Amino acid sequence: MKEKNNKKAFNPMENKKTTQKQVVGKVLRYLKRYWIYFLISLMLALITVVLTLYVPIEVGKAIDEIVYGSVNFPVIRYILFRIVLIVGMTAIAQWFMSILNNKVTYEVVRDIRKDAFEKIETLPLKYLDSHSSGEIVSRMIADVEQFADGLLMGFTQLFTGIMTIMGTLVFMLRLNIGITAVVVLLTPISLFVANFIAKKTYTMFQAQSKTRGEQTALIDEMLENEKVVKAYNQEVEVIKRFDEVNERLEKYSLRAIFYSSITNPATRFVNGLVYAGVGFTGAFAAMNGTMTVGALSSFLSYSNQYTKPFNEISGVITELQNAIACAARIFELLEEPVELPDRKDAVVLKDVQGNVVCNEVAFSYDKTKKLIENLNLRIHPGQKIAIVGPTGCGKTTIINLLMRFYEADQGEILVEGEDIRNITRNSLRSSYGMVLQDTWLKAGTILDNIKLGKVDATREEVISAAKEAHAHSFIKRLPKGYDTVIGEDGGMLSGGQKQLLCIARVMLSLPPILILDEATSSIDTRTELKIQSAFQKLMQGRTTFIVAHRLSTIQNADVILVMKNGNIIEQGNHEELLAKKGFYKELYESQFAAS
Amino acid sequence: MKRLYIYLRDYKKECVLAPLFKMLEASFELIVPLVMAAIIDTGIEQGDKSYIVNMCLILVALGIVGLVCSITAQFYSAKAAVGFATKLRHALFAHLLDLSFTEIDTLGTSTMITRMTSDVNQTQTGVNMVLRLFLRSPFVVFGAMIMAFTIDTKSAGIFLIAIVLLSIVVFGIMAISIPMLKRVQKNLDSVLQITRENLLGVRVIRAFCGEDKERKEFHQRNSELTKKQKKAGFISALMNPVTYVIINIAIAYLIWVGAIQVDHGVLTQGQVVALYSYMSQILVELIKLANLIVTVNKSAACAKRVADVFDIKNSMEFKNCEKLSLEKEDIIEFRNVSLEYQGAGDESLSDINFSAKKGQTIGIIGGTGSGKSSLVNLLPRFYDATNGEVLIGGKNVKHYSVKELRDKIGIVMQKAVMFEGTIESNLIFGKKEARQEELEDAITIAQATDVVNAKGGFNASIEQGGRNLSGGQKQRLSIARALVKKPEILILDDSASALDYATDAKLRSAIKNLSYQPTVFIVSQRAASILHADLILVLEDGRLVGKGTHNELIESCEVYQEIYYSQFPKEVQA
Repeated sequence: MKEKNNKKAFNPMENKKTTQKQVVGKVLRYLKRYWIYFLISLMLALITVVLTLYVPIEVGKAIDEIVYGSVNFPVIRYILFRIVLIVGMTAIAQWFMSILNNKVTYEVVRDIRKDAFEKIETLPLKYLDSHSSGEIVSRMIADVEQFADGLLMGFTQLFTGIMTIMGTLVFMLRLNIGITAVVVLLTPISLFVANFIAKKTYTMFQAQSKTRGEQTALIDEMLENEKVVKAYNQEVEVIKRFDEVNERLEKYSLRAIFYSSITNPATRFVNGLVYAGVGFTGAFAAMNGTMTVGALSSFLSYSNQYTKPFNEISGVITELQNAIACAARIFELLEEPVELPDRKDAVVLKDVQGNVVCNEVAFSYDKTKKLIENLNLRIHPGQKIAIVGPTGCGKTTIINLLMRFYEADQGEILVEGEDIRNITRNSLRSSYGMVLQDTWLKAGTILDNIKLGKVDATREEVISAAKEAHAHSFIKRLPKGYDTVIGEDGGMLSGGQKQLLCIARVMLSLPPILILDEATSSIDTRTELKIQSAFQKLMQGRTTFIVAHRLSTIQNADVILVMKNGNIIEQGNHEELLAKKGFYKELYESQFAAS
Repeated sequence: MKRLYIYLRDYKKECVLAPLFKMLEASFELIVPLVMAAIIDTGIEQGDKSYIVNMCLILVALGIVGLVCSITAQFYSAKAAVGFATKLRHALFAHLLDLSFTEIDTLGTSTMITRMTSDVNQTQTGVNMVLRLFLRSPFVVFGAMIMAFTIDTKSAGIFLIAIVLLSIVVFGIMAISIPMLKRVQKNLDSVLQITRENLLGVRVIRAFCGEDKERKEFHQRNSELTKKQKKAGFISALMNPVTYVIINIAIAYLIWVGAIQVDHGVLTQGQVVALYSYMSQILVELIKLANLIVTVNKSAACAKRVADVFDIKNSMEFKNCEKLSLEKEDIIEFRNVSLEYQGAGDESLSDINFSAKKGQTIGIIGGTGSGKSSLVNLLPRFYDATNGEVLIGGKNVKHYSVKELRDKIGIVMQKAVMFEGTIESNLIFGKKEARQEELEDAITIAQATDVVNAKGGFNASIEQGGRNLSGGQKQRLSIARALVKKPEILILDDSASALDYATDAKLRSAIKNLSYQPTVFIVSQRAASILHADLILVLEDGRLVGKGTHNELIESCEVYQEIYYSQFPKEVQA
């Protein structure tokens, strides 16, 4: 999945480099607010590096004063005092730097997430319907996180790393040029070795992750459907298949883990060589008197420090690249065009009676496949309009257009004589009450969920709405009644119960126009019969659109629209349509077909 | 957790050799500062060039031996860890597949998948890390201290104090910051949740104009997260500076004491340098150890979760297996059957009594949650009745082997499921040796000929979970899959709900005319689907409130009347 996204982000661009530059530019825009902190942090990093490197020199000087017979205590005391002072300053600088970095990182992440959420609230449904929610969530959570870690932390690491290398070089050169040359010549070996191993193991890791993916897919599929596996007695067969993959995974994993674990010992070995090299040349220099023993000990300490940033930097660079890829994905989301904003002169819909008109409306999701064409409707206040037809014929699409979730390609939709494009979205949408087939509840209490329709409703109003929706009796029986907290998407509630809650929501808000899209599909027919009476009351005097599978529920509609392949092929009331002996009659009679 | 050790049993050798070689490597590393001290004290002091050369060669030799030891250790530990994980995964998978439906329900699929994948992987990492580092790091820390003691007891005391102080700081900061990081994670989860909600519920939120409220809520959660992150960062940012201060003050003090000792002639200059090196080594290893403990802790938690799954036992009893014979006329009988799901607190089926004859069609109807599926799930022994007896062929189902029982019963579940592969591989899922004509017959009966044609024949590929099929296509193929088995008892558990009424009717008629005349159970919410059954069972709240034919029930059973007339309004009937 991730790989796919990567491709999506980069493929259209001609030059990967410029894309990366663009991304970094966008990141810098987010950083702009914090530039002063960022600058201070860089300065603190510089101070930390210099001071840290200075300590071994001081230690070396102190060691030089420790010579049997002529130990110079006052000088040593003075040097040690300085060391403690430097160390204290370093520590404080380091701490402040971390805190500043944290501040910048977390606040930039916060800003980006906030913008991303704002995006989600304003993106057109066209985008949201065609992208999996998991993918968007992963961009907002995982990618942002990785971007923050990688880019900001990585950058400071890179900066300190480079500063350390340069600083060490300068300090070493000041001590002794020859030994510095030994260190500089030998350390790249460790990088070379690490790189060599990383390259060699890359294919092994790929094989491992591919096999692991294969195994996870198998596990996923078989455990997800374990009941079917058991119903067909296929346990042994499935385990056999699993073992085959499992053994392959063992082989690849062993290789990948073992070869990659050579890196550490190998670099340690190279460090050991450097250490020996420094010892060797240093000892001779000390013997010739060109260098003191203290300086040698400073060198030994440097030779350990010098290789570390190299290894870190190579890690940081891949991390940075990864972070830029993550950032690119985030910006891709952030730059998606949003829903057309309301016009400046958009009117607020008031006193809605329920006059809805469609004039020559055409619409399709996929512009190459025609869906709805020449849709004409004239609906008067209080009418009940039922939409029936086989799945995929465009029933739900009409609702998407009425609510302005999608914009019609051609033609116009008028509510109370006003083109809906000239109406504020909020006032348009709050004129409709909607109960959908896909019930959706948010994590929170039952009360909060019902109140979604009317935020300022009192508890009494909520309860009476629930009673009307026949939801009161089951809510009462929940552990904490109306204050029961339900998990994400309803959790423990059954499909039917969730639907009852959604109906209660509309019962509470009492909007002038109703949309019932398979509103009772998860409810058994007996309960439905009871709810119907509540619906009848609700529909009294309200324009209502009903999408239904079961034809029994729509027989008393004023107008029945029979849809097929995006077109309204028949229109009329139940009796008229039966008399026509067309598609509706066919649909209707198939209910009673006997075996 | 102990029960996971058995999967390491075959790797005893590796488990001993890996840490052993690691310790060897560490010992060689610990010798290095001593050699350097000798170079300074003997080589430089006496101007002995060949001594210096020899000593440097020793350093290189130590490096090579260390490298060899270390690579050997890495190999053994990788082998043990990977082998362990492989065996563990196999055992866990077999165990999961052995569980009964009751345990599957309690565990939940997503839990099972997490245990199988990330938990086992994390356990593998844990084993690997423990073998590699758990002995090495403490060994280096204490080894450095011991070496210091061999050089000079007085200065070595500083090591002791430094190690204690560093341990307190490192582990203390970790102890404080880990719970804080957990809280951060919780806050992150809540940000994630509201994001998901807003994506999944976008229609409802926009329909109710809830965007502003959601924005406020998100902003509040997001800021809370940032606050918690900064707070946690504040503490963990202390780790590096504080340890740095401790170690350097220790070094300063060490040099001071060293100077006094050298002045007294107890120590040499080279030995002071060696002590200095040892001190520097401690910090690195202590931090490694601290990180290791975090990893091991995490792994231990995962290992415990895995072990807990092993502790869940199949709750069904398997008695002596008798031969299943379905010749008897009264093929199925329920005697006072009740079923209460584990942890449900209430019965899902109460006191069910009925018997069905061979070759009959039995319709089961009732509202959502009335116990229809529960009833048919007792036949292939997916669950055991809590009370009463379920008899097939005159004997309690518990007397047969589960395998034989399920071979004779074909059940099509509510949720139609396809596996990745081809249409054919899915159809022969229950009967590998099925012939082509058998597959074609099953497809025809299941009204799925057009599905096979639309997809391009029997070899058309099916994606995981049957993603490339519509609900109705999946349902028909899963019916065909059950028919390929030629089951003597066929159960259709609301498995035609996505079919239109006409196809549904054709399907029922084709099944009715099957040559081998199975006993058929049809569960449905549609009255039309069961109208013509030989026996209709009407369920409400787990009770059998009506049994008989349509004509009998329409007269006598109130619940049946209500269901029927809710779907076929009276006036239309006339």
